[in-house]
Amino acid sequence: MSVGGIPIEVGLERETAQGLETEEMTLNMGPQHPSTHGVLRFVVKADGEIMRRAIPDIGYLHRSIEKISEKVGYHGFMPYTDRVDYVSAMQCNQGWAMACEALAGIEVPRRGEYCRVIASEFGRLASHLLSVGATGMDIGATTPFTHAIREREYINDMRIGGVAWDIPPGFVQRATKYLDRFEPLIDEYNELISFNKIYVERLANVAIISREMAIAYNLVGPNLRGSGVSYDVRRNAPYSAYPELEFEVPIGTGERGALGDSYDRYMVRMREMKQSCRILRQALGGLPPGPVVAKVARNFKPPAGEAYVRVEGSRGDMGWFVVSDGTGFPVRTHIRTGSFAAMAIIEELSKGLMIADLVAVIASLDIVAPEVDR
Amino acid sequence: MDGAEIHRRLRERFGNAIGAELKLADWTVCEVEAKSVADVCRYLRDEPGLHFDCLSNLSAVDRKAADQIEVFYHLFSYELDHRLVLRAATPRPDPVVPTVSHLWPIANWLEREAFDLMGVQFIGHPDLRRILMPEDWVGHPLRKDFVEPEEYHGISTRRESLLKL
Repeated sequence: MSVGGIPIEVGLERETAQGLETEEMTLNMGPQHPSTHGVLRFVVKADGEIMRRAIPDIGYLHRSIEKISEKVGYHGFMPYTDRVDYVSAMQCNQGWAMACEALAGIEVPRRGEYCRVIASEFGRLASHLLSVGATGMDIGATTPFTHAIREREYINDMRIGGVAWDIPPGFVQRATKYLDRFEPLIDEYNELISFNKIYVERLANVAIISREMAIAYNLVGPNLRGSGVSYDVRRNAPYSAYPELEFEVPIGTGERGALGDSYDRYMVRMREMKQSCRILRQALGGLPPGPVVAKVARNFKPPAGEAYVRVEGSRGDMGWFVVSDGTGFPVRTHIRTGSFAAMAIIEELSKGLMIADLVAVIASLDIVAPEVDR
Repeated sequence: MDGAEIHRRLRERFGNAIGAELKLADWTVCEVEAKSVADVCRYLRDEPGLHFDCLSNLSAVDRKAADQIEVFYHLFSYELDHRLVLRAATPRPDPVVPTVSHLWPIANWLEREAFDLMGVQFIGHPDLRRILMPEDWVGHPLRKDFVEPEEYHGISTRRESLLKL
């Protein structure tokens, strides 16, 4: 329809029929905003409370980490990889290590692989706890965040130093004690928030991502599995010690709404924490004897070639692409992350959502800004 | 389907546009003529039996010595659980590759990143502009011959060594 010869869009019809004039509103959100999980910016085109679309504007945390790798060499780059996803740094370390090992054909001792799995799974617990706690906070439930963060602190206290050093004495006992304490708490969180009516209504049926859309946008990890795709790099393209360990891959089932909604993504993370505990118990119980690190030259010069390895980070399949020319410095490093894809889907996903749901969507996609920008 | 078989089918369909087959750990790499990238990708996505429903990664590499920019496409099929790498080389002074953003929506952002940091032009891309660097940045930082500007809007990029303080 049109008014005075100027076409107007459907959705504004009711207001104009009553003689009210409305126009599209442009709102800025971020880059400094308490609920955007780091420095993220959106330009929101809204019709009242309804978003026409939210356009992500990224790059505020771009530190050119990939370029740094070309200057500092293979060993030197290891600490920088922590900063790619600072919420679960150990998995990034593992991705970089695996890429270098693939280039040079290095085999990691089994005990070393077990140590990596332990570090990686504790990292996943820490990351999912932050995600789950922050999701609550973003939609107005502030208390669960403090509960989640409390448990997270204990994990960060148990740093094991990667596989540069063997695990310290008494670690297995302390870690097991932690798991004994933590596992029942997952059920407590479920009772506290997951099945809370308000919580469910804020997440169920919000920002539904179909299976096809998730794959086309290359969503990975819990975001992909929330849409019902049963794919986990740890199981489907196994690496490290994962082939020797038993675990399930939880997927979204549309249990409180449509398949692939925010609630499904949230619940996948809750269930993954249980599985991480299961993996940790097996890895701690079955730690093989022997060395933890293979002999690697200090002046590490992998043969010329390319390697692309993938690890299952807390935010899913993380791709590490590294090109070597035989010198001590990589020609090119490219890190393809889960949050990058999750950020890319928001423009499409935000169409027709309430403004207040945007933070719930960011939280349910578990976006970590440094991972987007690198 | 294994990589060698996929390479054989591509060779059959596209002839000389498909180059040699290489191994990269457990990935098969197919060389592709740059101007045929979009056609090859459409075939890989739509052909029954291939069905590459996911573009897992897109990386650009500056091969200064060979005076080329290489663009890598890591493709993956969730449906059939197989994978493939395409490698397209394009001249370094004027790197041009057709876009695949109409085939996989994630390519929109991945191509913007390769354009922003490496200066690759993706023909047919609906919105090819910088994504990580500021809009008014000059040059493409991941190019090997990129020289960091001395200042940006009056902010110096030079810093005294902390060791001297």
